[in-house]
Amino acid sequence: MLVPLSWLREAVDLPAGISPAELDEAFTNLGVEVESVTDLAASVRGPLVVGRVLTIEELTGFKKPIRYCTVDVGAANGTGEPQSIVCGARNFAVDDLVVVILPGGVLPGEFTIGARKTYGRMSAGMICSARELGLGEDHSGIIVLPADVAAAPGDDARPVVGLDDVVFDLSVTPDRGYQLSVRGLGRELARALGVAYHDPADRPATAGTPDASAGRRILVEDTAGCDRFSARLVTGVDPAAPSPQWMVRRLTHAGVRPISLPVDVTNYVMLELGQPMHAFDAARLTGDLVVRRAREGERLTAIDHVERALSTEDLVICDDTGVVSLAAVMGGETTEVGDGTTDVLFEAAHWDPASISRTARRHRMLSEASKRYERGVDPALTLVALQRAVDLLVEYGGGTAGAAVVDVDHVVPAETVLLPADLPSRVAGVDYPVARVVELVEAVGATVAVDGDVLAVTPPSWRPDLTDPADVVEEVVRLDGYGNVPSVLPPVVAGNGLTVAQRRRRSVARALAEAGYVEVLSYPFVSPESFDALGLPADDPRRTAVRLANPLSEREPLLRTTLLPPLLATVRRNLARGQRDVALFEVGLVFRPSAEPVAPPPVLPVDHRPSDADLVAALAVVPRQPYRVAAVITGEAERAGWWGTGRAADWTDALEAARLVARTAGVTLTVRADRHAPWHPGRCAELTVDGVLVGHAGELHPEVCQALELPRGTAALEMELSALPDREPVPAPVISTYPPALIDVALLVDDATPAGDVESALAAGAGELLESIRLFDVFRGEQLGAGRKSLAYKLSFRAADRTLTADDAVGARDAAVAEAARRVGATLRGA
Amino acid sequence: MSYRNDPYDPKEATLLDPASLDEAVTAAEKAFTAASSPDELAAARVAHLGDRAPVLLARREIGALPPHAKSDAGKRVNAARTAIQSAYDARHVALEAAERQRVLDEESVDVTLPTDRRPLGARHPLPALIERICDLFVGMGYEVVDGPEAESSWFNFDALNIGPDNPVRGEMDTFYTETPDLVLRTHTSPGQVRTMLNRTPPIAIICPGRVYRTDELDATHSPVFHQVEGLVVAEGITMAHLRGTLDHFARAIFGPDAKTRFRPHYFPFTEPSAEFDIWFPEHRDGARWVEWGGCGMVNPRVLTACGIDPRRYSGFAFGMGIDRSLMFQQGISDFHDIVEGDVRFSRAYGMEV
Repeated sequence: MLVPLSWLREAVDLPAGISPAELDEAFTNLGVEVESVTDLAASVRGPLVVGRVLTIEELTGFKKPIRYCTVDVGAANGTGEPQSIVCGARNFAVDDLVVVILPGGVLPGEFTIGARKTYGRMSAGMICSARELGLGEDHSGIIVLPADVAAAPGDDARPVVGLDDVVFDLSVTPDRGYQLSVRGLGRELARALGVAYHDPADRPATAGTPDASAGRRILVEDTAGCDRFSARLVTGVDPAAPSPQWMVRRLTHAGVRPISLPVDVTNYVMLELGQPMHAFDAARLTGDLVVRRAREGERLTAIDHVERALSTEDLVICDDTGVVSLAAVMGGETTEVGDGTTDVLFEAAHWDPASISRTARRHRMLSEASKRYERGVDPALTLVALQRAVDLLVEYGGGTAGAAVVDVDHVVPAETVLLPADLPSRVAGVDYPVARVVELVEAVGATVAVDGDVLAVTPPSWRPDLTDPADVVEEVVRLDGYGNVPSVLPPVVAGNGLTVAQRRRRSVARALAEAGYVEVLSYPFVSPESFDALGLPADDPRRTAVRLANPLSEREPLLRTTLLPPLLATVRRNLARGQRDVALFEVGLVFRPSAEPVAPPPVLPVDHRPSDADLVAALAVVPRQPYRVAAVITGEAERAGWWGTGRAADWTDALEAARLVARTAGVTLTVRADRHAPWHPGRCAELTVDGVLVGHAGELHPEVCQALELPRGTAALEMELSALPDREPVPAPVISTYPPALIDVALLVDDATPAGDVESALAAGAGELLESIRLFDVFRGEQLGAGRKSLAYKLSFRAADRTLTADDAVGARDAAVAEAARRVGATLRGA
Repeated sequence: MSYRNDPYDPKEATLLDPASLDEAVTAAEKAFTAASSPDELAAARVAHLGDRAPVLLARREIGALPPHAKSDAGKRVNAARTAIQSAYDARHVALEAAERQRVLDEESVDVTLPTDRRPLGARHPLPALIERICDLFVGMGYEVVDGPEAESSWFNFDALNIGPDNPVRGEMDTFYTETPDLVLRTHTSPGQVRTMLNRTPPIAIICPGRVYRTDELDATHSPVFHQVEGLVVAEGITMAHLRGTLDHFARAIFGPDAKTRFRPHYFPFTEPSAEFDIWFPEHRDGARWVEWGGCGMVNPRVLTACGIDPRRYSGFAFGMGIDRSLMFQQGISDFHDIVEGDVRFSRAYGMEV
């Protein structure tokens, strides 16, 4: 909310010299955020002075009438001579007092004023309109000051036109609707600064009756939606009467566009008192007014000229012709106050906040009025607001106030809150004496009855937010000052440290980073086409994704079911930015909804803990969201350099990354060939732990690389960390100090036999003397025969209790080879 | 003593002559000095200390001398031989040292050459900062709680006293899904709800993680960002404890001079509520208060919905944006850098922040 300081001064006896910084601090400590402070005096720079028009010469022969004037600007121009100014406006006469900006001055919008030749004459300065000074929309003529203004030619014109004001842009929290008014802000500011407060609502108002005799009945059918509706008619208003300059200025400074006197009056009263109002053109209303919910099929064209279909939950005001206003949100076009309006019916009502909030959001019409209603408006204010509006309209627009005031009042008084007197102290950790608590609660406007250890607090009508003891506690702590709450560390709790899964995620991330992969965090939003680019089959479960109802980009409405699409896009971005060797990884959640439809969740209570069964049923809508890790590598895995050539990244890097993850997680990975998109069908490994599938690794399919504009050969890994079993307990290793026996064996096998099978056969056959086994050569050649390959292994044998004899080692070797022969048909090469 | 099979040639007796011996020593010294390698030195050794070297030939002549002259001549020959031997030894040591030095010199490298055969990896600074924050709170006895990012709306809103008509609910810029009641969590508070539903106090937890709001990505906003939220529920917990915790947190992350300021604010799930600022002396635009997060005393309504008796227990909660903390801690001015995954960004920080 924008509020000029001069307006606040009407409600608060602010010290004359109080600085914006002091006010800023006071607001901040009250919980009102100061977004900005605008010193209007600085909005127009340089000499802006009062001038008296001395002569006017009409210049003709131009497209429009032009005046060449001389203006007395006192000594402000340094010479005391009359100032020559060319002016296009015609709404002034000789002897009028006007506002002149002299050469060197700068108007809002960085518009610098100089002396220049125009329309054949020298013009040294400008006579200003309200719009040029940022004081309103009026550009129909220049500002003519009242003859009795207390200023002489040459005086600074800023105080005269209100440019000496300071405007605060304040952000108010959603629970404090009362702060969206001069009245509410003034009350709090006065208390914070310890100065007097003058409630703008503290004025007499004509009482109303539910059944007014103004020729128009008002029927409130839905008293839950509208617990108060007040209205009063003003007839015979001069439709041409402008809003007074001071009102226009204040509305402008408050960010409200001046429109017409009746509308400006409603806005002015809303800003001053916090009571939103509506002005109907009474002549355009037909018959009685009815307040009810809209009916199926009803429509309304509001004053923004947009026709809307109404919901049966919308509160509306109707006359005999149908809906004429969407209550508290926006008035209808047919009964809008216009150029010829002479009879104005003011409405001031109180509406159900929840209904208004829903209507405003349903129709996307967040107005100043709806903003206030959904945050809470004082229901006791309608008659005062009506009186204020009627008085202003009659004063500036003429006309006669109707004798009758309609007031349909079903307001339920606020409930008393029972506050244990020591609760504020117990919550804040500050010792507030009971008398202090009472003083602070009363400062809010509440009445307090002390009943032993309990305070019976009746909140004021403008504080519908005070319903719970905790709400009152907040007021005590806030008004006493949050700064008075001391800083004390709480007692230590005995915690259990990080979980296994948390430590594992950290270790995996650290290990991959140290292995040369750079961690990134991708958005999880993906397009359906991204699954096509990965070449996923039509029935691939990864195509079953959560769809956003309101995605930021219509192209990417789905949540990732695999980490790869966003990660591969990040790889591409890095390549596009000139990186050649890119290795990335990400640890994050994927969203894996069940393909089965989910039962509609039950409505859970908030006034007690839901039952376990209801919690389970409610959580059925939440998809499985396991943690995964993915890594992608392209370019050189080892760099070329002065030391020699590098090594291009390939499927082995993806596999090694997978093994690194498994090692870090403390699990044993089993690798098998697999065909699985988006990997190359001949270069894809299925990764399992204890028979459970945990992921895939290998080279990406060439078509995937092509579709995603990645270099061919890009390798990738994706593993589900949440699927990894707990780390097995590690049996302590036996560290033998006896020498090892080293034997190499070369085995001939069928080319299609996986090396992994050969190795596990050797290991199984070698028995417990085997300390390590390492494949050091793979050889294919004519001398082996077509479709054969030779695998050469280094076997290291060692016993814990003795030095092995040659017979021991050879025996173990022979057993290993025998097992390989049995399992995969291997033969000893050269044997 | 003489050797009968040793043909005696009287002319050679001149070798025992002192001048001749001196000459032999001088010649040997000269030859050794001239040797510039172990090989040359070995050749010179044969010439001057070998069987046919003058000084050894001179020794043979001693037998031909009259007995009274033998002793003198023997001493002279030995002195000459010893002198030659030590000249050789000295030179030998020097040449060996020079040789070792030569090998070392030849093995010298340019240590300023690049050594980055393996490309450099890095952690993203955001999870690194989250881990640092979690460690801090784990050290204070808290436990770290993870939760799903797509969440039931009851956990994200209703249980936290954000009813369907609360204006806050409309202002949270929520991503909704086509699954009924499933939203992308707008804060990590659902983790607190899940914990309170399933545990009895005392509870001290920290919930880090990703959260979502429908903000377009720009320099200061992102639809995906990160929060850390803390929750302590026990008997006798006060707002003073909240303040003490946040002061400690601020000093641990931002240095011993960090201090906090509470401003009254509104959150449906806490009452009283506050926003807290941190005094940040190292801000790149000069020392100032920087908005850091929101906090307050857990609203008794929230405790009730989660099955905790608010008459017995009280609690505090706080939360802050980690991306924002990282940005002002590190002077990062553009959110794009955090989310785009450019390797240059993460690499700048290495493994820790």
